[in-house]
Amino acid sequence: MLASPLRMHIPDGFLTPAIAVIGWAIAVAIIVLALRQTRRQLDDRMVPMMGVLAAFIFAAQAINFPVAAGTSGHLIGASLAAIVMGPWAATLIMTAVLVVQGLLFQDGGLVVMGWNVVNMGVVAAFSGCLTYTLARRLAGESRVAILAASFAAGWISVVIASLAAAIELAASGTSPLTLAVAAMGSVHALIGIGEGIITAAAVGLLLVSRPELLKAGATAPGGRTATLVLVGLAVGLLVAAFSPLASPSPDGLEAVAESQNFLGLGQAAPYRILPDYTVPFIAHPALTTIAAVMLGTLVVFGGAVLVGRAATRRQASRG
Amino acid sequence: MHFDLADQYRPRPSFVHHLDPRVKVVVALAFILAAGLMPIGAWGGYAALLILALGASLTSGLGPIFALRRSYVALPFALVALPLVFTVPGEVVYHTPLTGWTITAQGLERFLSLMLRSWIAIQAAILLTAVTPFPDVLWALGTLRFPRLLVATIGFMYRYFFVLADEATRMLRARAARSGEVGGRRKTPALWQARVAGHMVGSLFLRALERSERVHAAMLARGYNGQMPNLAQRAMRRMDWLVILAALLLLVGLLAWARPF
Amino acid sequence: MHHTIEVRRLSFAYPDGFQALRGVDLHVSPGEKVALVGPNGAGKSTLILHLNGILRGQGEVQVCGLPMEDENLGRIRASVGLVFQDPDDQLFSPSVREDVAFGPMYMGLTEDEVGRRVQRALTSVGMPESAARVPHHLSGGEKKRIAVATVLAMEPEILVLDEPTAGLDPRGRRGLIRLLAELPQTMLVSTHDLRMVQELFSRTVVLDQGQVVADGPTDGLMADAALLAAHGLEA
Repeated sequence: MLASPLRMHIPDGFLTPAIAVIGWAIAVAIIVLALRQTRRQLDDRMVPMMGVLAAFIFAAQAINFPVAAGTSGHLIGASLAAIVMGPWAATLIMTAVLVVQGLLFQDGGLVVMGWNVVNMGVVAAFSGCLTYTLARRLAGESRVAILAASFAAGWISVVIASLAAAIELAASGTSPLTLAVAAMGSVHALIGIGEGIITAAAVGLLLVSRPELLKAGATAPGGRTATLVLVGLAVGLLVAAFSPLASPSPDGLEAVAESQNFLGLGQAAPYRILPDYTVPFIAHPALTTIAAVMLGTLVVFGGAVLVGRAATRRQASRG
Repeated sequence: MHFDLADQYRPRPSFVHHLDPRVKVVVALAFILAAGLMPIGAWGGYAALLILALGASLTSGLGPIFALRRSYVALPFALVALPLVFTVPGEVVYHTPLTGWTITAQGLERFLSLMLRSWIAIQAAILLTAVTPFPDVLWALGTLRFPRLLVATIGFMYRYFFVLADEATRMLRARAARSGEVGGRRKTPALWQARVAGHMVGSLFLRALERSERVHAAMLARGYNGQMPNLAQRAMRRMDWLVILAALLLLVGLLAWARPF
Repeated sequence: MHHTIEVRRLSFAYPDGFQALRGVDLHVSPGEKVALVGPNGAGKSTLILHLNGILRGQGEVQVCGLPMEDENLGRIRASVGLVFQDPDDQLFSPSVREDVAFGPMYMGLTEDEVGRRVQRALTSVGMPESAARVPHHLSGGEKKRIAVATVLAMEPEILVLDEPTAGLDPRGRRGLIRLLAELPQTMLVSTHDLRMVQELFSRTVVLDQGQVVADGPTDGLMADAALLAAHGLEA
């Protein structure tokens, strides 16, 4: 049984019914769009392919690797699905996975499933795809560029998705915003490394075995719509984060949160919080943590592009 | 392996098992919603919901502790809500000795309410899968206007996830079989292990994709043209309507009682 | 004389309750080549999975003098090379070299030694030039041979193979039989291919419904038509 911070599946009861319903509305709208786009992309291959790939994601989440002291890392998979199949198909795949996980294994609630689909399907898949596409366009065609872009896509998708989940939890009054963002963000920054490596290695194997698959993902339809949806969601979530809906961080929080062992109760991973996530000149603590996460995202993205570009240039000069 | 591949459905000759799947899905969802709508600190309301869940469990022939045994799944997520104990303002109840944090009564109440509601909700989800075969749940979702393509996709996922989970298991065993040790070896770095895991994931992906191509070919060979066949029709019996009505009335009544206006 | 594989009163039931092994006894001496035959569902694969600790049942299992315990698993897996039935389950790297190198690398050997072992293993299976090939692009027979190579690279004392000739065309099958004949390790091979058994293995163990029903010289067993018929075997 993986401890909760390692899963982003929000259980029932952790979000208010009002917010849960909003999540469903968003999820349904996007799923309808996704069905249409995927139908255009895959036609009658759609149902068996999406279904079997959803089964793959579920099975792949069990492939772990030892990290340290008995913990192990594993894959969430939205970014891999998005890289190979495009963002809309990936959303459908993740939806199928989440429905089965929620219904059969109570992994994630039923009423809050809308938001789980949005986080682990839409947000993760779209941000992963966007990262990958942008990074590749900037970094070129070399194998290293593709792997670096895949790594960035994996990491960023996980971190951004966890950020979204944190905002939803805060907006429901389940967790103070600053703490939720800091905790989820930091844990998933670590998990994201595993996701990035696994995604990159998987893409590497596909590149060698069936390179034409990656071309297909790159030309999946609806890229522009996907970007718009993602941006829209991001704006919506950020607005929600700072609206009166979100719990204000009480003054005592900084002092409370400074202590390292605060969330070390039980078997949770030791959270590294506030001090490491403060960008000095911004006043509001929640804004600070979110800004820190976005900064981390930019750094990873930029790093991937630079590495990729260097490799592409080297490859080109070798002829 | 973090998933238990045993099917969650428990066949029993009970009244609940014979109900139309739509009834069970709707009632379960309504129950979960009701749990979420219960106010903070409505202990009576929570107890009433628990009794309802217990009643459902007993009527289904599953015994009183069936759902209780499996509902620990939400527990780890409790850590996310734990800060509430410290951060909700109110009447201070306890000062932690070493760090001087304050625990408030309101904070405890909030936290406990959240955990209880979540736990109660999970009972409903567990019972739903125990009394309804998954294909029936899917069918119910289809009749409740879930997009048919999505329902069909989920059906395929269900059909093939045992197969793919098996492949993943065998890959993991093959890796374990080659994970040998010779005296005094240096530890293999996590980075390398992660790469290997990634390669395994990539291989599994390829096999899944190619399997899906074979499945597609088999479907075409049997006349499939991308159109989903119409869902089987089932009539709701009077008993089915009665149960839905009774359940909804009961839940609304409970909520009204627990939320004095 | 110390046995290389020693199994005593091994019983095992799967989580769903199915009793796969009922008190199996098996002793294999160093250098022996033993065939394990029996109908589907007899427990052959289950028994094999006990030999490197992937499954743990009741009873005693000792391999290369090491009792099957958590602390010995690493060394046991280095001594027992298990080749599974479906090579696709075993070949999961982007290149043949990486797949064959996995075992030695996991063992923490130096790069030079890993390189040497990879080359030796590939040569043993008759594919010395294949290091750079992509496993996904190999034929069925080639995959089987590389799967054997991935295990040979660990230089195990014992080789255990699960249905090595299943799914191979006659040429692939012939190649694999020739390979098995040349390998010097102690061998336990589970198979339905009784013609291969008669060619390669001097001793045969018959498993049915989780129990050993016969264990002795292959020639004698193969001549016993009643025995074969009773356990779903056809020579």
